[in-house]
Amino acid sequence: MSSASASDRLTATGLPRLLAGLRRDGAPLGLDAHLAVHGPLPSPSGLVELVAKSGLRGRGGGGFPAGRKLAVVASGRRRPVVVANGTEGEPVSFKDKTLLRRAPHLVLDGTALAAAAIGAGEAFVAVARDAPEEIAAVSRALGERRSRRLDRGVTLQLVEVPPGFVSGEETALVNVLNGGPAKPTFAPPRPFERGVRGAPTLVQNVETLAHMALIARLGPDWFRGIGTEAEPGSALFTVSGAVTRPGVYEAAFGTPIRALLAQAGGVRGAPGAFLVGGYFGSWVNPFEAQGLSLDDAALSSAGAALGAGAVVVLPEVACGLDQAARVARYLANESAGQCGPCLNGLSALAGALETLAAGRGDSRADALRWLQQVRGRGACRHPDGVVRFIESSLAVFSDEVELHLRRGCSGRQGAFLPTDGGRR
Amino acid sequence: MSRTIRLNPIACDGSGLCAELLPERIRLDEWGYPIVDPSPLTPELERHAERAVAACPTLALLLAKKRG
Repeated sequence: MSSASASDRLTATGLPRLLAGLRRDGAPLGLDAHLAVHGPLPSPSGLVELVAKSGLRGRGGGGFPAGRKLAVVASGRRRPVVVANGTEGEPVSFKDKTLLRRAPHLVLDGTALAAAAIGAGEAFVAVARDAPEEIAAVSRALGERRSRRLDRGVTLQLVEVPPGFVSGEETALVNVLNGGPAKPTFAPPRPFERGVRGAPTLVQNVETLAHMALIARLGPDWFRGIGTEAEPGSALFTVSGAVTRPGVYEAAFGTPIRALLAQAGGVRGAPGAFLVGGYFGSWVNPFEAQGLSLDDAALSSAGAALGAGAVVVLPEVACGLDQAARVARYLANESAGQCGPCLNGLSALAGALETLAAGRGDSRADALRWLQQVRGRGACRHPDGVVRFIESSLAVFSDEVELHLRRGCSGRQGAFLPTDGGRR
Repeated sequence: MSRTIRLNPIACDGSGLCAELLPERIRLDEWGYPIVDPSPLTPELERHAERAVAACPTLALLLAKKRG
C-alpha cells in the first residue's frame, strides 16, 4: 500500500494524485486535512466541458468517456440524479474501497461537483453492505460536510447495497435505489435515460468522480500532463497475488507493467501468468507481460484490457487451469440467475473447466460451443465478461490442458485467487 | 422501415414456442432458451414474427425497429 504523508508534494512524475497526502495509519483524511492537501472546493461551473477536454474515461471497467456521460445525463428533460458507484464487487479489486476508506472527501467532492454541474439536487453514494470501514469513513465524511454546509444545493446520501459481483452493475444499482433487488434490469432504457425514480441518472464509479474533483481544481491540461495521448492521466491499480507488497498503487496510463510490479515490491518467485483486468480480464504470460504497458492500446496487442485496473500475479507453482476453473465457478455462482443462457451456460462452462483441471476428460469442444452460445445473450454483460475470462484461460493455458489430458496436473491446486468476495 | 426480433432474456423462461413459430429467426440453445437472429425481418416473416410475439407466455419477445 503506498502511504504518503500529508507533507508529500507532487513528485517529478506528477504522482501521486488521487493518493496524495494519505495518512500512514490508514485512517481517512478528515475534511481539513483533505482541503489542505487538495485546496478548497472549486466551482462546478464548466465542469462538463473540462472533463470532456481532459479525456477522462470511466474507471469502473467500462471506460466510457466521462464528459460525454455527464453531457448526456444533463441533456435529459427531468432533473437528474447522481449515483457514485463504490460497490466494487470484483474480488481482486480494492481501489474503490481504498479511496472511500482513506480519501472519502475526494470522492464526495467529485460527486457533489458532478451533481451541481449537471443540475442534480440529489446524489447517492453506494457502498456494499459488507464494507464496514468504507461505510464508516463515508458516513463520517458526510457528517463533516453537513456541519460545514459544504455542499449547498446538493443532498448527498450514503446507501448500503447488498454485496455481490453483479450488484454494482449500473441497472442493478438503480434497481436497488428504486426499492428492487440488486439484480440487473432489461435495458433500454439505460439509467442515463431513465434511472432512479425515472429520472436521468448518472451512475459513475467513485474513482472517476475523484478524478473529476481534481480536474475541477487543476484543469484538463494538468490532467493530460501524464499518461498517453489516447489514455491521459493516472489510474489506481490493485496489485495482488505473488508480489512482495500487494496493494493499491497509482500509476500513469502507459506505465510499464514492470514498473507497477516494482512499486508492489516486485514479483515473489517465478510468475506463472498475469491476470490483467480482473475476473473479466485476460491472462498474459510473463514473457509477453515484460514488454507491456498499462494502457489499452498496448494491452490489446496481447488480447488484454485494463478494465478496472486489477493485476494478479499467479505464481508458477499454481496450476492456472485449476485457478481458472475455480474463478469460473465463482462467477457462474454470482450470476443473478435471471437469464437462461447465463444461469445454465456459465455453470456448464465452469463444469467444463473443472473437468479439464481434474484431468477427467477433454471437454474443450463442449466449452467452445457453449462460449459461442452464451456470448451476448444476457440482459447485462456478466456472461460476456465470464466468456472472455474462460476464452483467455483456454488460450493461455492450452499447454497445461494438453498436459492434464496426457499426464495429469503438475501444478499445485487449491484456492489462490479469491472467490469469496475478497474482503480483507 | 424494417423490424427485428428482440428478446428480453430476463422475462424469457424458455417455453420454446417462438422457435416453433419463427424458426427462420429463432433457434433454441441446449437448455431450451431462444437464440435470436437480429437481422431484419423480411415482409413474408413479419406475420409469423407477430404470431411468435403474441404467443410468448411471458411477453419476452418484442418487435423493434432496426437499430442504427
